[in-house]
Amino acid sequence: MPWDRNQMAARAAEELEDGMYVNLGIGIPTLVANYVGDKDITLQSENGMLGMGPFPYEGEEDPDLINAGKQTITELSRTSYFDSATSFGMIRGGKIAAAILGAMEVAENGDLANWMIPGKLVKGMGGAMDLVAGVGRVVVVMDHTNKHGDSKVLKACTLPLTGKGVVDRIITNLGVLDVVEGGLKIVECADGVTEDDLRAATEATIVG
Amino acid sequence: MKKVYGSADEALEGVLFDGMLIAAGGFGLCGIPELLIDGIVKSGVKDLTVASNNAGVDGFGLGKLLDTRQIRKMMSSYVGENAEFMRQYLSGELELEFNPQGTLAERMRAGGAGIPGFYTKTGVGTVIAEGKEVKQFGGEDYILEEGIFADLSIVKAWKADDTGNLVFRKTARNFNPPAAMCGKICIAEVEEIVPRGSLDPDLIHLPGIYVHRLIQGEHEKRIEQRTTRKREEA
Repeated sequence: MPWDRNQMAARAAEELEDGMYVNLGIGIPTLVANYVGDKDITLQSENGMLGMGPFPYEGEEDPDLINAGKQTITELSRTSYFDSATSFGMIRGGKIAAAILGAMEVAENGDLANWMIPGKLVKGMGGAMDLVAGVGRVVVVMDHTNKHGDSKVLKACTLPLTGKGVVDRIITNLGVLDVVEGGLKIVECADGVTEDDLRAATEATIVG
Repeated sequence: MKKVYGSADEALEGVLFDGMLIAAGGFGLCGIPELLIDGIVKSGVKDLTVASNNAGVDGFGLGKLLDTRQIRKMMSSYVGENAEFMRQYLSGELELEFNPQGTLAERMRAGGAGIPGFYTKTGVGTVIAEGKEVKQFGGEDYILEEGIFADLSIVKAWKADDTGNLVFRKTARNFNPPAAMCGKICIAEVEEIVPRGSLDPDLIHLPGIYVHRLIQGEHEKRIEQRTTRKREEA
């Protein structure tokens, strides 16, 4: 059985180490926060917060306290607030150890596309271009194929790029792949998924 | 010098003109200058270029100025959640300059700090780099981005003293300080104006030198995505 959303998030949480400052994207990456266990992780929200807490209890929502997905959240005892220029200063300056992001396409050279589909969907890159250019390690979490069954792990991206050669590791419902010299290397397969299954669902070159 | 004005209309008197560049604070609907946006709608000023991370939602925030077609161009990082924006953009009625979020914030900060341009890694190898100077530092490519020098800044803070010193609250700070810095004139709207001396000088987020006019008023503070968790059973 391929991994479901929560299993992918749990696997992504294994990428995080004690003491890290981390930025989690919207969607499955947000779920990663539920699986960090005892590790001391500080979550950054790029709209101007370190130490992001869980969603508030009903009736305790504060319109002045939201995450980058515009959802109401809470603060923790370690929380600090700052403006957007300072926030992206710490991102661009390499102070954030890792970003875990969703993607529309990833290529074997580490190219990432996740911000627009020409003529169809124009939402904008938000902070994604800054994050992939600046943070220490970029981990993509996404389904291996799209709803038509086509691979999202490609030889080359077809959509406008968010960043060039920026992805370090890809975690999908089928397994984990690393971007290495010459292509992608299989790190692990999801439970019940074989290397052959993974190769069959991948357009990109798999090495090793 | 008197900075406190009685209303958004009074504070906007004499600073608006067609074709001007306005920098606006706020992220989504959080920390947006609601009262000044209403005042600008009322003024009828047009052909505006607005630098703001988002464009509000349909019928609220900067979305109001899109509904009245007063905006000619947006400089933003994210325009989702706004159908009218998408319609005007796709039909060619509205010009849109996408900026990565951190680049937009730094362009405002730089403009306010007298820096006309800076190099950044963000966007290298993407459409954002098209037409921009590329320069290598330490063997890596960086692109040149320009500071934003706005004709007017409109921002929202939590508290101010009557000299314009501002204090923001939680994540409602966001783009407000850099937006405030980059304007020739900055108007701030706040929830409460307190007498000078009642804010701790060590805890001022934005010094009053950046703020020229000030109004106090009631804010709707609409929530865009209300998300909650269940209380555990006792």
